Amino acid sequence: MDKSTENMLALNAAKARYYGVKMVYTAQSGHPGGSLSCLDVLTTLYFRVMNVDPKNPKDPNRDRFVMSKGHCSPAVYPVLALRGFFPVENLKLFRSIDGHMSGHVEMKYNPGVDMSTGSLGQGISTAVGMALAGKVAKKDYRVYAILGDGEIAEGQVWEAAMSAAKYKLDNLCACVDVNGLQIDGATKDVMPSEPLDEKFAAFGWHVIKIDGHDFNQIEAAYEEAKTVKGKPTVILAKTVKGKGVSFMENQAGWHGKAPNAEQWAVAEAELKAKIAELEGK
Amino acid sequence: MGEKIATRNAYGMALAELSSQYPELVCFDADLAGATMTKYFKDACPERFFDMGIAECNMTGVASGMATCGFKPFVNSFAMFSSGRAWEQVRNSIAYPGLNVKVVGSHGGLSVGEDGATHQCIEDFALMRAIPGMMVLCPCDGYEMKQAVKALVEYEGPAYMRLGRLAVETVTDTIDGYKFELGKGVTLRDGKDVTIIATGMNVQMALKAAETLAAEGISARVIDMHTIKPLDEELVLKAAKETGAIVTSEEANVLGGLGAAVAEYLGGTYPVPVVRHGVEDEFGRSGAAPKVLDAYGINADGIVAKVKQALKLKK
Ligand SMILES: Cc1ncc(C[n+]2csc(CCOP(=O)(O)OP(=O)(O)O)c2C)c(N)n1
Ligand SMILES: [Mg+2]
Repeated sequence: MDKSTENMLALNAAKARYYGVKMVYTAQSGHPGGSLSCLDVLTTLYFRVMNVDPKNPKDPNRDRFVMSKGHCSPAVYPVLALRGFFPVENLKLFRSIDGHMSGHVEMKYNPGVDMSTGSLGQGISTAVGMALAGKVAKKDYRVYAILGDGEIAEGQVWEAAMSAAKYKLDNLCACVDVNGLQIDGATKDVMPSEPLDEKFAAFGWHVIKIDGHDFNQIEAAYEEAKTVKGKPTVILAKTVKGKGVSFMENQAGWHGKAPNAEQWAVAEAELKAKIAELEGK
Repeated sequence: MGEKIATRNAYGMALAELSSQYPELVCFDADLAGATMTKYFKDACPERFFDMGIAECNMTGVASGMATCGFKPFVNSFAMFSSGRAWEQVRNSIAYPGLNVKVVGSHGGLSVGEDGATHQCIEDFALMRAIPGMMVLCPCDGYEMKQAVKALVEYEGPAYMRLGRLAVETVTDTIDGYKFELGKGVTLRDGKDVTIIATGMNVQMALKAAETLAAEGISARVIDMHTIKPLDEELVLKAAKETGAIVTSEEANVLGGLGAAVAEYLGGTYPVPVVRHGVEDEFGRSGAAPKVLDAYGINADGIVAKVKQALKLKK
């Protein structure tokens, strides 16, 4: 990846982080932690990997994306806005009765969203369905999903994993956002999920492990997934929950909490400084 | 009239028959194809049949993903599992996004028989009816079922349909002017003293009850309410006005199903006595199906008793 591409991705991710935390601050509710951790992966998907057209969001041949951890709407909505699916102004009505930008990712009112999610464990099955549909209809679009490392405790995830292998869904690429935290604390304490690589491999998936904040590794992983035949791919992305806001980083307490005015001032300064740095100002 | 076929068989054959006409029709099962009768579809159209294993929650979600891509999925299992195990998947992955998935529950009610309470789903009507925008169906015989399947394939939106295990007498094929339409009940027999509104195989019981009542000089109207939601309010209101008393009958818990729907509606529009016939809020038991039904009063005599109760309440 050349430097200018990397800079473009970093800048969009930085802007998405700024909008995401601002949305949560404005709404005084929402989920900053897991949104910030998956934003480098999500930005790379929408700006480099996926074949989508903001002017034709329902194109039957488009690639699909499912945010299986649907609470990470402060990642999805800003990335869709930055990619041009709807105006950035829409983000102001996040979680507001005056709009339809639901607290969890919602597809009927928000162009570019391919599936409504929020109940953990369900999104990955719908992604399997989209991939299966692609096989039956003999279309060559690809399907992407992001799961949480806490979400992975849901039995349905492993039902979905089995079925994706059965139907050889090599058009499906899931990513687990391994930030090590969920609501009640560390994933290793709440419900140990490791070794995730061995588990997915045993379920018949191709496994790639990366640093989920390294754009080169993220893009390379998705490119590798495109070359895998006969099985689905999972990318295990090691990330930092709360990435980009110093006091939120690696803190389970920032999973689903809004900053107060004082905290927002700190967060805003940090996020804006990052944007300015990337813009070369 | 007189032919006996289980609605699950009629369903399976009808779906298989439609497979060639509708290339977007896809069928899912969870290791019960031989019981839910999707085996007919599997034989007719193996490339659009998916056995998802004993994993109903995932099956439901996969169907919803396929629906977003323009397919018309039918998901199948026993009523207990398609409406019960996967209830929240039906709610959040199908009904909330308004996707075109048909959830089918075979072996509904006590007439499962020997398998006992774990498999006798009496809550499916209440569970599915409580979900906003969900259509709920329970056709009464093979003739009606065939038309219901065709109508469901053409209907765009989420729906639940219950199928029965037992072979039941076909009654709707000889009714003059019978026409199947989603959301429209059918008056199978006219009457003026009371109306029995039944669904599923209780329709046949209601017709028998009406015969018994006629011999006693009581004129009972019988309505086949194959669509429980949306309820045919016009037909219910007309029956309340013209006969002044209603008995509902279903092979399900009296809480939350057809009886509840009728009582809820009439309570706010035209209150007349509504007596509910069904399972009285208890679990089923093992036994030969007809014996289990008798043990719970789910038969024509049970309906007759409820009619008398309703007539006493009628002013
Ligand atoms: C089925 C279900 N159970 C519980 C919740 C409540 N919940 C929301 S987020 C969350 C923790 C998720 O942790 P993880 O998957 O690791 O996500 P991340 O750390 O990326 O935010 C829980 C328990 C839910 N949304 N769905
Ligand atoms: Mg986590």
